[in-house]
Amino acid sequence: MANMAQAIRMALHFAEENYDVKDIFGQDVGAPLGGVFTATQGLKTAWNTPLDERGIVATAIGLGLAGERCVAEIQFCDYIFNTIDLLKYAGNLNWSTHGNYNLPITLMTPVGAGIRGSVYHSHSFDGWATRIPGWKIVMPSNPRDAYGLLLSAIKDPNPVMFLKPKSLLRIKGEKLIPGEPASEKDLKDAIDAPLGDRSNWTPKWPNIKEHLVEIGKAKVIKEGKDLTIVSYGRTLPLCQQLAEKHKSADIEVIDLRSLYPYDWKTIYESVKKTKRVLFVNEETEVTNFAEHLSYRVSQSDLFYRIYASPRVLAGKNVPGIGLHPNLEEATVPYSEEIKKEIEEVLNIVP
Amino acid sequence: MTATEAKVTRSKTKETFSGLGKDLLLKMHDLMLQSRILEERLIKIYKTGEAFFWIGAPGEEAFGVPLGLLSHKGQGLAYDYFHLHYRCTPTLVAMGMKAEDSIRLIMNKKGDVCTGGRNFSNHYCFPEMNITPVSSPIEIQYGIALGTARAQKRFGGKGISVVSGGDAGTAEGDFATCLIWSSRPGEELPILITVQNNGWGISTDYKSQHSEDKISDRGKAFNIKSETINGNDPVESYIKLKEAYDYIRKHKKPYLIEAYVSRLYGHSSASGANLHQDQEDGLKSYEKRLLRADLIKEKDVKALYEKYDKEYAALFRKIQKEEGPSADSIWDHTFVNNENADWRNF
Repeated sequence: MANMAQAIRMALHFAEENYDVKDIFGQDVGAPLGGVFTATQGLKTAWNTPLDERGIVATAIGLGLAGERCVAEIQFCDYIFNTIDLLKYAGNLNWSTHGNYNLPITLMTPVGAGIRGSVYHSHSFDGWATRIPGWKIVMPSNPRDAYGLLLSAIKDPNPVMFLKPKSLLRIKGEKLIPGEPASEKDLKDAIDAPLGDRSNWTPKWPNIKEHLVEIGKAKVIKEGKDLTIVSYGRTLPLCQQLAEKHKSADIEVIDLRSLYPYDWKTIYESVKKTKRVLFVNEETEVTNFAEHLSYRVSQSDLFYRIYASPRVLAGKNVPGIGLHPNLEEATVPYSEEIKKEIEEVLNIVP
Repeated sequence: MTATEAKVTRSKTKETFSGLGKDLLLKMHDLMLQSRILEERLIKIYKTGEAFFWIGAPGEEAFGVPLGLLSHKGQGLAYDYFHLHYRCTPTLVAMGMKAEDSIRLIMNKKGDVCTGGRNFSNHYCFPEMNITPVSSPIEIQYGIALGTARAQKRFGGKGISVVSGGDAGTAEGDFATCLIWSSRPGEELPILITVQNNGWGISTDYKSQHSEDKISDRGKAFNIKSETINGNDPVESYIKLKEAYDYIRKHKKPYLIEAYVSRLYGHSSASGANLHQDQEDGLKSYEKRLLRADLIKEKDVKALYEKYDKEYAALFRKIQKEEGPSADSIWDHTFVNNENADWRNF
């Protein structure tokens, strides 16, 4: 099975061949490195830019104005903050021009903790991203969804932010991407750049097929009747494992996948059934995106149906994520904390 | 000197206008005049309480008009892309913008083709002429122009990207971004980078913040062909801009022009929008030269003023009666094709 970095790479290759993508760019995105997480190795349209995030986002906007689909990358979301006004401009461009121009661009950036990235390689961006109207925001939690969401992002006529959970970039999928070789070794030999001199290396791309994950559609990855957990990105597999292992409660887990637009119907139906809901992500907790979802639960008729107030488990509202594991694990949700929260929600007596 | 002697002296030193033909000289004057009278109409609209805000271009006509006249106008990669700032009415007038589009924009009418009543005056957007939206954030256009220029270089043809901004905004990093990215070795981009230097950033004197002799000197550090010109002289502007356009079309490389211009009505309505008579008025200076050279008569100039003033006043009265955008349109165009963007309906 492909890992998420390989899935992203294959999606970008598919888009080069089928969606007329001519520019995949960012710092160290082109040869020889092919991205600090190897997600852009071997791509024929990948190129390296100056170390200039504003230049990267601005160039993407310009390409979009020229009607070109492109994929730009900010190496870590921790370094995207100096582009906020450009992101705002990109988000409002179709609106402020009353539909005169649209931007069919995709911006990808690795997010979140889990690789011991310390203060400037562990940030999340979903809270910020969902506050920039006009963008669509997606975040996969497995390779196949990464492939399908990225293709949907590239095809979309709006600007789409593709948030890559960096700690999941090496995880493998459970289901093949259409056209993906069954043998992991065959795939690795075909599309992973060799160590050392790569100057004469070219990938041998498998005959992969189109597979789209619709933006705005969540996925129920485990059904249950006692509690709904809504998560995405790094914390999703942790929630899934805890749900599967839970001995007494039957927990439903929703992978939101698309943060804006989001799949309210799936959340609504699930909470209506389970009557308890826990939202989990690793962005800082104050003005967290999940607070909006929680608010929505409380403002709907679900308020009169649920047995416990909707809960949000997120990153602590501290300025950074410390390097030492004690600090990181006390700052963003890991299994122990999620487990504790699950028990608390389950034990609330209506 | 007697009157006769003076006449002889003038005739001996008759201006050549650098060889530009009479038709072009008069056309530039006409367009400069149109732009000025349109801007003055916009100011009147603001001052009579018919608009919330004015910002614009009186004093930049001598540079802006040739910038537009020399363009390869059209839609798509084969034509020039323009990434303008909010003092570019002269360029748009020279490219054929209708005055009513400018008036609807400042009056935020529903029929405003640039923004649908959503943005300020001079925040133009005309996709049919590759006029990308003018942004209020200063200087972001310098980075954005890199994208259209890259697409144009790949496309081939004669289309280039033109980006303009003011002197104060060159302090933003996006200006440096433009210089660096447009001159990457082997990846040079066909961009005309212009800086209209009026010496002010709202109330702050340029000289109090910048120690470089010329902004154009910064281009030289990146081996970009760079020049500083008198942007109050339409003849010099035309000649130098033509050189720049031709160079970029031929070599597919950047070119930087800094043009000294005036800011005749201050920064915007926020600073009063009153006439500052202590600065050179490029339009008046040019008119004097045309009159001295007998290329135009006083009565013709007067007639032109009256004609355009009357025309724009009538347009204002017509547009004044038009409706504004409806409140229920606020979600329109948040996403393309009005795909639902309201979370209440997810």
